[in-house]
Amino acid sequence: MDNTLNSDIFKKDNAFIAGLRDGLPIALGYFAVSFSLGIQAKEVGMTAFQAAVMSFTNLTSAGEFGALAIIGTGGSYFSIALSQLIINLRYCLMSFALSQKIKPETPTHHRLLMSYGITDEIFGVSIGQKYPLSPFYTYGALLLTVPGWTAGTAIGVLAGSILPDSVTSALNLALYGMFTAVFIPKSREDLRICAAVITSMIASFAATHLPYIKDVAGGTRIIILTVLISLIFAIIKPIDNEPANETDTDHTNATEQNRQKEEI
Amino acid sequence: MNIWIYIAVMAIVTYLIRMLPMTFLRKEIKNKTLRSFLAYVPYVTLTVMTFPAILDATRSIYSALAGFATALIMSYFKKSMILVALVSCAVVFITELIIIH
Repeated sequence: MDNTLNSDIFKKDNAFIAGLRDGLPIALGYFAVSFSLGIQAKEVGMTAFQAAVMSFTNLTSAGEFGALAIIGTGGSYFSIALSQLIINLRYCLMSFALSQKIKPETPTHHRLLMSYGITDEIFGVSIGQKYPLSPFYTYGALLLTVPGWTAGTAIGVLAGSILPDSVTSALNLALYGMFTAVFIPKSREDLRICAAVITSMIASFAATHLPYIKDVAGGTRIIILTVLISLIFAIIKPIDNEPANETDTDHTNATEQNRQKEEI
Repeated sequence: MNIWIYIAVMAIVTYLIRMLPMTFLRKEIKNKTLRSFLAYVPYVTLTVMTFPAILDATRSIYSALAGFATALIMSYFKKSMILVALVSCAVVFITELIIIH
């Protein structure tokens, strides 16, 4: 404990570098995904600069895609606000989860900055860190991912129309490939998560095809299914380790995860 | 309708959603069910967003299936996110070269 200052500085550097390292693949993926976002932004009449500002300030794939659909049809500002609230409500849940992953005494300015970086992918790698999550890990991850996302969108506007359909079609799978790489490895480690993932696939498939239910807008469907399935599993299969449940699992998994990263 | 106002509205709503819980929730949650709920949310939501939407993401359901199968297998063997994404895209590209003329 008498070495707190030194060890804190050491941890800060470590966390920042770990964030950079985990951010690099995400940044490359973002670049590919935001490129196709840029193509759509151009179609609704955005300039490259406007599209870049949108991506820099929003940093959300599904939210921006949803917004472009509304902007394209000249929807109201209220409908844009509502669409973002619904499509991005999952970030609220993630923010809630991350608030439990940082030290309770983390100062407000760090919380305000870290919040900006809550995306599916950055959340995915952050939740895999051991407790407590350092704000500098998030900053390291943001340093590469934000420029990747922003530049990809702008370049998509400028160059998108040059690309053949075959390439944009293939790039459309990038985002989903990244999502898969988050929930499948976790399913392999934890049978409860595995059961929840399989249930989610079946329920989501059913909700997309069943009469009446299939008419629910995509963003709303995602929220309803997420809340229902997570709640049911939390009740019937609680993840019930001692107070800091994620801490415990993460400690045991930390070495294994580090080893995996080395392999990559 | 002004594009800059659209962007500002989006940005403010999205930031507030991300910021409010993180900034104002300072205590550890003790409730077991709530903790479990929060542990399930990210994986459930990513799964729901991916499937079955992934099947409509490309020009053909067959190329999408090939890409998804690739992503599932590589993820099972814990390959990195970017490798999974890039190889899956490549598989879609190659499949479409074969099936779309």
